[in-house]
Amino acid sequence: MRAVKILERVLVTIPIVLGVAILVFLFIRLTPGDPVDIMMGQGGAVSEGEMEQLRKEFHLDEPLPVQLWLFLKDAVRGDLGYSYVLKRPVTQLISERLPATIELALGSLVISLLIAFPIGIISAVRQNSAVDRLSMAGAFLGISMPSFWLGIILILLFSVQLKWLPVQGRIGFDAQLQNITGYFVLDSLLSGNRIAFWSSLRHLILPSLTLGAPVAAVVARVLRSSMLETLRSDYVTLARSKGASEWIVVLKHALRNALIPTVTVVGLQVGILLGGNMIVEEVFGWPGLGRMVVSAIFDRDFPLIQGTVMIYAFTFVMANLIVDVMYTYLNPKIEL
Amino acid sequence: MHNGNLLEIRNLTTIFPGRRGDVRAVDSLDLNMRAGEILGIVGESGCGKSTVLLSILRLIRHPGYISDGEIRFRGVDLRQLNSSAMRQVRGKEISMIFQDPQTTLNPAFLVGEQIREALRLHHIIPGRKMPWPFDAALRRHEKQRVLEVMREVGIPSPIDRYVAYPHQFSGGMQQRALIAAALVCGPTLLLADEPTTALDVTIQAQIVELMLRINKERGTAIILVTHDLGLAAEFCQRIAVMYAGRIVEQGNVEQVVMHPRHPYTQGLLNCRPRISMRELRVQPIRGNVPDLAELPFGCAFAPRCEHVQDVCRIGPVPMVTEPDGHINRCLVHTGFQRQENWQWSDRVERTV
Ligand SMILES: Nc1ncnc2c1ncn2[C@@H]1O[C@H](COP(=O)(O)OP(=O)(O)OP(=O)(O)O)[C@@H](O)[C@H]1O
Ligand SMILES: [Mg+2]
Repeated sequence: MRAVKILERVLVTIPIVLGVAILVFLFIRLTPGDPVDIMMGQGGAVSEGEMEQLRKEFHLDEPLPVQLWLFLKDAVRGDLGYSYVLKRPVTQLISERLPATIELALGSLVISLLIAFPIGIISAVRQNSAVDRLSMAGAFLGISMPSFWLGIILILLFSVQLKWLPVQGRIGFDAQLQNITGYFVLDSLLSGNRIAFWSSLRHLILPSLTLGAPVAAVVARVLRSSMLETLRSDYVTLARSKGASEWIVVLKHALRNALIPTVTVVGLQVGILLGGNMIVEEVFGWPGLGRMVVSAIFDRDFPLIQGTVMIYAFTFVMANLIVDVMYTYLNPKIEL
Repeated sequence: MHNGNLLEIRNLTTIFPGRRGDVRAVDSLDLNMRAGEILGIVGESGCGKSTVLLSILRLIRHPGYISDGEIRFRGVDLRQLNSSAMRQVRGKEISMIFQDPQTTLNPAFLVGEQIREALRLHHIIPGRKMPWPFDAALRRHEKQRVLEVMREVGIPSPIDRYVAYPHQFSGGMQQRALIAAALVCGPTLLLADEPTTALDVTIQAQIVELMLRINKERGTAIILVTHDLGLAAEFCQRIAVMYAGRIVEQGNVEQVVMHPRHPYTQGLLNCRPRISMRELRVQPIRGNVPDLAELPFGCAFAPRCEHVQDVCRIGPVPMVTEPDGHINRCLVHTGFQRQENWQWSDRVERTV
């Protein structure tokens, strides 16, 4: 039953993603800037004829509805077209870059949860203590600090001053990692390459921290306030009256119920992990989707922009689906 | 056991600090209880009934605290126990059932598992303790015991109900499940905090019947907290009437219901609808429930009392014990005379 419902929800994502694709398709064509102009502007002396030739090749001379039709016809078959600038299939470009972005997003998710959970729980249990006030001040900072600034500060401190962690990239040059899945941490485990494993982990830390800081801050605050509520509830008193220790009361009875609102917020934050990574990837020279889509936007590389945004939309919808499924496990009153 | 009493409370005072000053939710409370007895605590909303029960289990939540007194359970002062020894008492020796079953069961866990939790916490079923998930055998034995208790408290088809969530239970069933959770370790004292207030009238009777049966069959002593003097009169052997954090009258049912000494008790009796009489005559006690942060210096009931005289307001009123053990805290029965031998120092309330 549950499996059927999950499948249903997965199928529903297809029209959502296509809808997003159509919107993006229209928006990038309605904003000023002509891809051929930009390409040729860099090339120097180009004849009018050659430009016409290119426009024809990209179907940019057709009316908008025809262009849209051509795009959708290919897209539903999984063909997202050719990048104007890089002259390679968009699907190929995306699949090369996607693992880096997902690795970074997962890294930040893990780091932010590792930070947020202890802080959220301790702040709630010791409400108004020094720990609580300090953490909440820190959380406020975490939310309000721009990520490029935090990234640079972290690089200056940990890479330049202390020389603990690398500045740029995903892995050291000496690691000699053989590419299997594109996820470097996973690949080094699969190939048993210890040097590559530590190197890729070390490269992951600072960008993950930068990207995860605002997420950690938001999650810590939500967790704290929902823990404050569940710690006051009658069922916590019941657990105490049964003779449960403070550990069991807090980590089992109170936390379990506080997770319900927290999971929703974590799901929403996945969007930030995806969207925020353009800046972080730029700061840390991380070869992911974010950097690629930024340069694609500057180049007016329509197929590449469309393809990447569709992937973003898909990931976002999927993250929400995962949250909804987890929600039904956490809250027995809700069905999918 | 300590001179035959299961529970002896002396001078218990529980304070909630507040913006407008401390609230003495329980003030210099004395209470004795024998094993196997049913004691009723009766009073209006906000008079400190729940606070008494929570104080016994030392579950008063910060910033509230027990400021004074002794709580002797089987001769041992619970206030002197360290927190791990206190946890041994909770749920195993003394357990509690609550006013609102709907919010008291944890919505995220199976009902059966919540009943089993106390068994597991107190290692009631002998067996090797192994880390999850290798504890299957012990788990099965414990589940067996839980099913027995569920049957005992009248939960139909306990095997199915074990794996249900609280929201799938009706209010009455939830309260039965909570009673099962309270009984599963075989406590000697059960604290029942208005166990029927949130339930339908028909269900109320069933739950009270159930508690009576438990008292008979298991010999479990019960403190039944209620705002319904009639209910207490029906089911308890002794009754303590509370007003504004203090006991104002205490005695056996006969004494309290037939010969109420305190005007407040008389008021409670009058405001109970008597169906047997042709017309329903309800006489509410005039005035409002007192504000515990701003109690008068003298008798707390004085502002609402019909018999009040000046002498009631000039100072605190001590307890008077009549020869038959009937206790009250009212000057009417001393002819409004303040007596020489009253000890103003100990028992007697705050000084200016
Ligand atoms: N957590 C708390 N914080 C502050 N004050 C409290 C708290 N709990 C109780 N009090 C105070 O103690 C007084 C007694 O409360 P208590 O809950 O014991 O009353 P009760 O007799 O059980 O009432 P009810 O019939 O409504 O359950 C209340 O008037 C309230 O002002
Ligand atoms: Mg109460």
